[in-house]
This record gives sequence, structure tokens and C-alpha cells, in this order.
Amino acid sequence: MPKFSELEVGQVVATKDYELTRDSLVRYAGASGDFNPIHYRDDFAQAVGLPGVLAHGMLTMGLSVQPVVSWVGDAARVVDYGVRFTKPVLVPAKGVAKLTVTATVGLLDEENQKARVDLNTVFEENTVLGKAQVWVQF
Amino acid sequence: MVNPEIQGKRYPRTESYLVGREKVREFARAVMAGPECLDVDKAKGLGYADLVVPPTFPVVIQEQSLKLVLSDPQAQIDFSRVVHGDQRFVYQRPIVAGDLLTSELTVASVKSLGGNHMVTFETEIFDQQDALVCTAISTLVVRGKDA
Repeated sequence: MPKFSELEVGQVVATKDYELTRDSLVRYAGASGDFNPIHYRDDFAQAVGLPGVLAHGMLTMGLSVQPVVSWVGDAARVVDYGVRFTKPVLVPAKGVAKLTVTATVGLLDEENQKARVDLNTVFEENTVLGKAQVWVQF
Repeated sequence: MVNPEIQGKRYPRTESYLVGREKVREFARAVMAGPECLDVDKAKGLGYADLVVPPTFPVVIQEQSLKLVLSDPQAQIDFSRVVHGDQRFVYQRPIVAGDLLTSELTVASVKSLGGNHMVTFETEIFDQQDALVCTAISTLVVRGKDA
């Protein structure tokens, strides 16, 4: 567990790359119970006017916090986590969608020994989550 | 289209949800989570009774409450036009495998913006002692016919 007293605003605490495939989406559909076919069927995605099959926003949200969890070594230290879904992540039938997550200290709450860590999740040079903020209890 | 009259509506408490160890592992693998969500000894070493859920796991419980709204004829939400706008989880204590949870959803707000409707739900998740464990806050955007 990192020390709260050693943290600085602006400090990058974790960065990690993820590769999503259609298999990842099917796995998440099963685990979460979200079986919306826009997340695995090209014909269905196109019929509702989407450019292709999209990753579940909740999958992107779920994996984006993992670098922070690995950094503190304990999922339960995350006491507040919120994001906006701003851009879709398109996942091709063959090949992968690459995501890069960078976690930076955004704010330090000395009184409550909590740190706000801001996430930047990038897919094809665009940030896909807005206001992605994780409060970690130290 | 969303009926603005559902703002403030509180839906009934859902049936209890038992957080299963294998469900936590399945979800953890799907979001590429770390060992404390997969390895019981590691979780116990950190002082928890069993596997700790990944931070976004309560979406599974939120989903149960959301089903009540989407099937409510008064709400008039066309699910085929729904996009997830934002999501947040605020924890009062960690959720671990073995917890028996229920949830209760309130429609916090219904707003219209440029032909779209935005509905914000607050789902409170309680444990067996009826103590609040986590609040899941979710905004769905219902695209208008021309959007």
C-alpha cells in the first residue's frame, strides 16, 4: 500500500494497456447479465444505426479502475468511483481494440486521508470516459 | 420518451441477492481484476471475510432494480433507445462474497435536453442488517425520435 503522505497532485500512479476482443465482450455479457446484442452482433449493431459492435460501457469502466486497485493492492479501498460515458469503444469481429489507462492523483483530502485519482482511458487517440474519478481511502 | 411524473418515484425493495464467491470470480475475470477478487486467502490476509467484489460489481444488483423501472408502464422508457450516460458507486463498506443484499431504486431526476431525455436513478443497496452498503447512481439517456 502506498503512503498517503508521499502522494502529490499530478503524480501518475499507474498506467496500463488492455486489449479487448469479441471474446472479452461475451465474457462480460455473461458475468454482468447485460446481453444487449449491440455488444456482440454486427447485424444488430448496424440495424440500430451504430458503426459497429461496442464494448459495454460498464466493461470499460470496470477495467479502467483496475490499475488503481493494483496500485493500492485492495479493491475495497475504492470508496467512490464515477465516470461519464463519452465515446464508444468499437470492437472488431477479428483483432483487438486497444485501451490505455493512465491514473493521476487529482486531489488530496488530508483530513479524511482520501485521494482522488483521475483516470484517462484512451481508445484510438480519444478519451472514452469523462470525469472518471476514483476516491481511494488510505 | 420518458414520463416526467416518475421523478421521485421509489420502487419496491428487490428480492435478496446472495453474493456468490464464484460469481465474484466470474465478474472479476471479466473486468481483469486483481488477486483479492479471485484468491480467498489473499482477501482474508487483507482482513476480509471472503472475496472482495470489484468496484463496479454492484451494477449486477442495480440491474435488478432497473428492470422494475423498464417494465413499469408508467415510466414509458423505450429500452431500444437507451444509452448509458454516466455511472457512479459510493461505498459505505466493502461488499464481500457471502453478503445477502437487497436494493431499492428511486428516480432522482428526469430531464429533457435537445430532444433527449435523461433519467437519473439512485439505487441503494442494503445488507441483511438493513444497513446501507453502497449507492449506485446511474443516468440513462433516452434518445428522442429525431436524435
